[in-house]
Amino acid sequence: MIPAPFAYARPTTVEEALQAIADGGEDVKVLAGGQSLIPVMRLRLAAPETVVDLGKVEGLRGVRDDGDAIVIGAMTTHSDVMADPLIAEHAPLIAEATGTVADRQVRHRGTFGGALVHADPAGDLPAVALALDAEFVIVGPGGRRTVPASEFFVDYLTTAVGEGDLLVEVRVPKLSGEWSMRYEKFNRVAQAWSIVAVAAAVRRENGRIAEARIGLTNMGPTPLRARQVEEALAGAEATAEAVAAACERAAEGTEPSSDLNAQADYRQHLAKVLTRRAVSTAAGL
Amino acid sequence: MTPITVRVDGATCADDVEPRTLLVHYLREQLGKVGTVVGCDTSNCGACTVHLDGEAVKSCTVLAVQADGSEVTTIEGVASGAELHPVQKAFHEMHGLQCGYCTPGMIMASIDLLQDNPDPSDDEVREGIEGNLCRCTGYQNIVRAVRCAAAEMRGVSNGHVSPDHVSPAVVDTAAAPHVAAQQ
Ligand SMILES: Cc1cc2nc3c(=O)[nH]c(=O)nc-3n(C[C@H](O)[C@H](O)[C@H](O)COP(=O)(O)OP(=O)(O)OC[C@H]3O[C@@H](n4cnc5c(N)ncnc54)[C@H](O)[C@@H]3O)c2cc1C
Ligand code: FES
Ligand code: FES
Repeated sequence: MIPAPFAYARPTTVEEALQAIADGGEDVKVLAGGQSLIPVMRLRLAAPETVVDLGKVEGLRGVRDDGDAIVIGAMTTHSDVMADPLIAEHAPLIAEATGTVADRQVRHRGTFGGALVHADPAGDLPAVALALDAEFVIVGPGGRRTVPASEFFVDYLTTAVGEGDLLVEVRVPKLSGEWSMRYEKFNRVAQAWSIVAVAAAVRRENGRIAEARIGLTNMGPTPLRARQVEEALAGAEATAEAVAAACERAAEGTEPSSDLNAQADYRQHLAKVLTRRAVSTAAGL
Repeated sequence: MTPITVRVDGATCADDVEPRTLLVHYLREQLGKVGTVVGCDTSNCGACTVHLDGEAVKSCTVLAVQADGSEVTTIEGVASGAELHPVQKAFHEMHGLQCGYCTPGMIMASIDLLQDNPDPSDDEVREGIEGNLCRCTGYQNIVRAVRCAAAEMRGVSNGHVSPDHVSPAVVDTAAAPHVAAQQ
């Protein structure tokens, strides 16, 4: 199907984009890579009055080093994320998870920022951003603010990016110490969307797990941290038994949905298995 | 209407389009480039794959206005004159199609894959074309065709022999294990 008619704005600066959103009427949609928005517009599940295309806005693409963090522009495409040397060095988890998103064609268009603002529970990048304690830089009519990942994902398909706001960049703090990371995903072959996935970052010290951070994909309306597992792993011996015991707690406090792909209890089972695999691999076991 | 200028298969096109026009419809209906087809409504099948500034994209999931100022290559633009592109030739020779509906998209996705990885394994080919669905072939001969084209493009064979030295006659049998088992 063809989208319903809309007015189209093609700003070249962030200021122009904010103005175009303000002038766009009741129902304005920002267009990034279009890999989520265009499909819903084609199905007429969305029929915005105005579409504000960020494609030509300067300065939203690319990754830069900012001392204690790397900063990823909202319009950086999935394929550019996968090839970026700073991400490879400081946050390989992001590149690994992005490599599992969709297919080559979608990754050439879809953006890091778009995937995070869209906040699909089955999307892969929200749990990764949450596990890495990323910070979201949002500009809007009220100016510029920075929101921590723990406050960014508000509900199903809902983030701290309000109407009239733009996500401009995401700051990912550089981790100090020896971290290794792993994204474990379970999906149907013909559909890349995660049934459940787990993002794990683990710091080892003297044969023990000093610290672990674990993000869960599709275990509720928003991405979640597996806090109980993180606590159980802190200081634990880096052995298969200790990791397996800690990861038994991965589903605690989760509220996954039941749908065509999986029942809630099956998702909870998967969360434990995938957390064990992700942590074991990250811990080098 | 929004004015756009796009280079399509080497020719410059300046047109007015409705912003809601999908790139695939602009190509097919305004430019007559019907080699690029539409196979689904959900951005899943990849039949509509073209290259936008050298990268494979699903042209049903790009607005024509987003292609303004860009270079588009469709399946109609990959051959040089009467000489088929090595990937086109390999699909033909290795029997990489049956009904042919998925083929334009398969070929465009494969050319894109080979730009990044000139010597993919079977698994890498399968992953590389994961955004393209084929209802007919079972993919077996598509994978062979892509590897055969890769070999030819690397200059290691003349295109009649695949990297595993599978001749086209053997290919058909290999794609039907029940037949192979009886031999
Ligand atoms: C076939 C297919 C398979 C897919 N498989 C996966 C998968 O396995 N895993 C996965 O994670 N994703 C998957 N995706 C989604 C893909 O990752 C999208 O790229 C992503 O969800 C949206 O990014 P986008 O840049 O295309 O955003 P768009 O579609 O342009 O926008 C998405 C939403 O975010 C808003 N938005 C975008 N950018 C901004 C911004 N900077 N500021 C404010 N609002 C903004 C838009 O208004 C819109 O509401 C798939 C998509 C397709 C078509
Ligand atoms: S027609 Fe474009 S993906 Fe199916
Ligand atoms: S050859 Fe018929 S869909 Fe692929």
